[in-house]
Amino acid sequence: MSTLGAITQLLEIVCALLAAPAFLGWVNQCRAWLQNKRAPSVLQPYYGLRKLFHKDVVLAENASSLFRLAPYIVFGTMVAAAAIIPSMGTGLPLSMAADGIALVGLLATARVFLSLAAMDVGTAFGTLGARREMMVGFLAEPALLMVLFVAAMISKTTSLPLIAEGLTTRALGLYPSLAFTAVAFTMVLLAENARIPVDNPATHLELTMIHEAMLLEYSGRHLAMMEWAAALKLFNYACIGFALFIPWGTSTEASGPQGLLLAVPVLFAKLAVAGGGLALIETLSAKLRVFRAPEFLATAFLLAVLGLLVHLLLGD
Amino acid sequence: MSPLSFDLQLLNACAALLLLLSFSMLSQRRIVNLVNLLALQGALLCAATLLVAWRTGQGHLYLSAALTLALKVIGLPLLLHRLIRRLNVYWDAEPVINTSGTMLIGLLVVVFSFGLAQPISALASTATRSTLGIAIAVILLSFLTMITRRKAMSQVVAFLSMENGLFFGAMSATYGMPMVVELGVALDVLVAMLVLGVFFFQIREQFDSLDLHHLESLKEGE
Amino acid sequence: MDVSFSYLNACLAVLLAWGAIGLAGMIRPRSLGIAARTLFPLGALCGIALAVLAVLSIATPAERAVLPLGLPDLPFHVRRDPLASVFLALLGAASAGISIFSTGYFRKGEGALPGLLCLEYHVFLASMGLVLLADDAYAFMVAWETMALSSYFLVTTQHRIPEIRSAGFLYLLIAHVGAISILLSFGVMQGGSWQFTFDAMRAAHLSPGWATVAFGLAMFGFGAKAGLVPLHVWLPEAHPAAPSPVSALMSGVMLKTAVYGVLRVSFDLLGTPQWWWGLVALGLGLLSAFYGVIFAAVQTDMKRLLAWSSIENVGVIFTGVGLTIVFHGSGMGALAALALIATLYHCLNHAFMKSVLFLGTGSVLHATGERNLGRLGGLIHRMPWVAWLTLIGVLAIAGLPPLNGFVSEWLLLQAFLFAGDVPRTFVNMLLPVGAAVVALCTALAGYVMVKFFGVIFLGQPREAALAGAHDAGLVERLGLLWLALGCVGLGLFPVQVIETLDVVARDLLKLPAGRWGGDWWLLAPAAARHAAYGPLALFGVTLIVVALAGLGVRAVYRRRVRRGPAWDCGFVRLDARMQDTAEGFGQPIRHVFEPFFQMVRELPTPFDFAPRYRVTVGDRLWTLLYLPLGATVRWTADRVARLQQGRIATYLLYSFVTLIALLALVL
Repeated sequence: MSTLGAITQLLEIVCALLAAPAFLGWVNQCRAWLQNKRAPSVLQPYYGLRKLFHKDVVLAENASSLFRLAPYIVFGTMVAAAAIIPSMGTGLPLSMAADGIALVGLLATARVFLSLAAMDVGTAFGTLGARREMMVGFLAEPALLMVLFVAAMISKTTSLPLIAEGLTTRALGLYPSLAFTAVAFTMVLLAENARIPVDNPATHLELTMIHEAMLLEYSGRHLAMMEWAAALKLFNYACIGFALFIPWGTSTEASGPQGLLLAVPVLFAKLAVAGGGLALIETLSAKLRVFRAPEFLATAFLLAVLGLLVHLLLGD
Repeated sequence: MSPLSFDLQLLNACAALLLLLSFSMLSQRRIVNLVNLLALQGALLCAATLLVAWRTGQGHLYLSAALTLALKVIGLPLLLHRLIRRLNVYWDAEPVINTSGTMLIGLLVVVFSFGLAQPISALASTATRSTLGIAIAVILLSFLTMITRRKAMSQVVAFLSMENGLFFGAMSATYGMPMVVELGVALDVLVAMLVLGVFFFQIREQFDSLDLHHLESLKEGE
Repeated sequence: MDVSFSYLNACLAVLLAWGAIGLAGMIRPRSLGIAARTLFPLGALCGIALAVLAVLSIATPAERAVLPLGLPDLPFHVRRDPLASVFLALLGAASAGISIFSTGYFRKGEGALPGLLCLEYHVFLASMGLVLLADDAYAFMVAWETMALSSYFLVTTQHRIPEIRSAGFLYLLIAHVGAISILLSFGVMQGGSWQFTFDAMRAAHLSPGWATVAFGLAMFGFGAKAGLVPLHVWLPEAHPAAPSPVSALMSGVMLKTAVYGVLRVSFDLLGTPQWWWGLVALGLGLLSAFYGVIFAAVQTDMKRLLAWSSIENVGVIFTGVGLTIVFHGSGMGALAALALIATLYHCLNHAFMKSVLFLGTGSVLHATGERNLGRLGGLIHRMPWVAWLTLIGVLAIAGLPPLNGFVSEWLLLQAFLFAGDVPRTFVNMLLPVGAAVVALCTALAGYVMVKFFGVIFLGQPREAALAGAHDAGLVERLGLLWLALGCVGLGLFPVQVIETLDVVARDLLKLPAGRWGGDWWLLAPAAARHAAYGPLALFGVTLIVVALAGLGVRAVYRRRVRRGPAWDCGFVRLDARMQDTAEGFGQPIRHVFEPFFQMVRELPTPFDFAPRYRVTVGDRLWTLLYLPLGATVRWTADRVARLQQGRIATYLLYSFVTLIALLALVL
């Protein structure tokens, strides 16, 4: 383990923790702009978190310890996931211990705990949300795995840093299979992060909500941890996308400290563009009925598998 | 290092996009969008033909690219759009099998055609041979689209897309058909389109709908 | 018989001890104190001893012996090799936990006498051990049948209930159809030598056609025992009928003997399997995995749900077997070893995690008397021990890191991922689709398990009677803890396990000895250098982050934590019936995979004053396959019955004609 690797690792975790709410704020800001609304500040999610940390926690009378533990577990897994994804540099010591499949597993762990916590109090909305979250998950998870598989087959490795490195060091080429998977990945990102067209992050009290329904019983610090984890999740997904499809600009072992210095602004530039793109997609599309969501995700899953087949056929 | 030259990569990308379009057609239920996808498919085909023409220096391919552009990107879609407006059919009915199911079958079709193409393309001498599997897949997927649709209109669109697949297959296996054949096919498609247009009107006159299950009542003995 | 120490003899001694314990139960069959409280712990000790012996013996070369049992001139041949050792270890370790649990589980006045139960239980254990050690068809079949019969009696412990009797009958029927098929398979494999020792079968040279017939028969026979679709129908019937420890034993251990059988036949007795057999196993495995998991998602009975989940896991295991055969037949040794290790690993995992879950349902059943998910809920408050230990099993079977289910899933996916070079085009195209199905099944397993745990243990109690539920007793907790720790250990230390399994794989696939790559903490398959998984590091980091987050928030947070009524968007009259039910939780699956289910819905009309909604989900295969089959059998039987005239003279005539015909044949 090199010092540079350790520094990159720490920098990535800290950066993810701090920048994730800002990224969420940026997406919301872009969306407001696109919809001709007065935009909230980029810092709005931080204000929200600060507010929540200054409020009492009201626990439901029959909430179990699983309910109180879940926010920390979800948050912890999201941070661990952020530590695996090579968003800035590829020399991450921790990513040796966990490859792409483990990353998908980590994300699934977070989802399972979130759903279980939502079922814990036993309210109508909570259980409904848990069911829908799992419905989205059971198709989104294999789709994400297939997306990773295509990249892994191209690079002959499942380790994310090596995939990213492989893509940057090869001659610039067109990978039709990656086009398929990029579409699939975008669909998974939208669904997993409760964005339109699958869920609407801006509304409560709607019969079609998914993510928010699960958080209804949370308050105070627990809600803050959950919100932060959700921001981290969006950030993580964006970074997975960068690592798989546009890894250029991340530092490698060879590029040294200068590479790392360069990687930070590059990451922020990518995030800015991705946030804008995300807001654009959300503005252009309409929310699907809940029962169309499996269809949407099944399409993503099939596209990813198709990408795999195209890769095998064309041998790129 | 990627072993393929850039133009071949472009061609592969075109092929992959064609496949993607076929799948979108399979899942698309708005007929207007279906026609637009068909036009897009034609455009991709045109681009692919141009690429191959430029790569191999075969003059007649330029001509066929121009033909594709005129007929499949501009001519037929315009015609179809007019038909849609005049016949007032914008939506297909609920498909026979649900979308996910159709897509799943489509996937199996792709597996089958890719497997089928591999031994054939091993024999072919052209550099573009690896796209043959995609061409077969496009043809079969269009077939599937035809099977799963109820409206005559969408079946015709799928039929045209099948023709696109055939054309692409011919190009990737043997650098295009002889010019005479190509012209003949183009003419056939045009005539078929016109005849079908007339048919549409007749069907609607007769049944007040373009839904094809009405035709089932034409069966003898009922 | 050689009486000096060898692992084989020691293992046989343990089996003998199990038999003796079983018989000891019959001394005073009505005494619960002797049967349950004394003999079951002894059985558990034997299990631990067997596990230790088996683990120690894995790397040692094969041993064989001839037992002076059986018929004259037809003694039992036994043999212990690495493959048998792995499964013996599985049997010993899993049964130890189950036996400990059983000590506290069996109560007075429930069905069969305790002593009888003790006998059946231990004979069942011993016969499974003998199946693994048998080295000739005779001993194998005797052990196999003993296993089937003893488990049948265990399933029908509460034989006064008609449903349980019919479930038992279905199980016995399919078990015997399978056994006949296995017997026929042995008959083919002896290859004309008429020697039924396994050695003779190894030496026999079968033509490819006959080898295929033998494999097909074995697949059918062992598939019936394992619960492969379409021979799965007995599982969802038998498991809810059986007492929970028996369900655990059957699902966790007995199904694995069928896997052992397939491995033994395809790689050992038949020598080198043909590659396309693998596709058969792969296809059946994927079908079972998918079919099992979607049906598990729509069940409303907790043990039936677990039974369907077993079908899924067996499917995953057979997927691994199929992959191994494909790779082995295509001459890709390293990948075949990887796939085989994944298969064996999943067998071990499933034994532990499914046992935890079944035993957990047993505790719930005892505490509440309910199997129906619609009448449970909120038990985490009343039964914290059972709930948290079951949670470990739930997370493991859902394939979540850092527990054991994830490790085998990871290995299997790696095997799929690096399969790209199978020298057959169609297979090349099909394998990624297989990987996609495995991924889908794993994700669906997560869905099923969230439903299972959430509906039973979380939320509000759906029935008032649940308030009186009590947690499991100390010994039961101990049994659960043993198995749950197994899940954690297999999850956190995969390298140590795999190094052992690697020996087995190399021995079975006849590969040169080599060393498994990677450090002691880092799992990195030799076939795929660029893939690594270090559960300890991953778990450690996550744990540290969780702890830091928890402590950090506690340190800075200055506000109170108070309790209040649940909010639920301001709805005040919240009651337990407003929670999602088990049916409701399965609704998306019913919706998405509708064509697979045979659903009967009873919907209320708008004018009903007491509206009832009801949906029953049936298995299409039952109506499509089994009912016509049953009708055909009945029809044939009716025709045959015409021979029965009831007159003595007619029967004598039959005997006479038979005699004449036989004599004519001999002449």
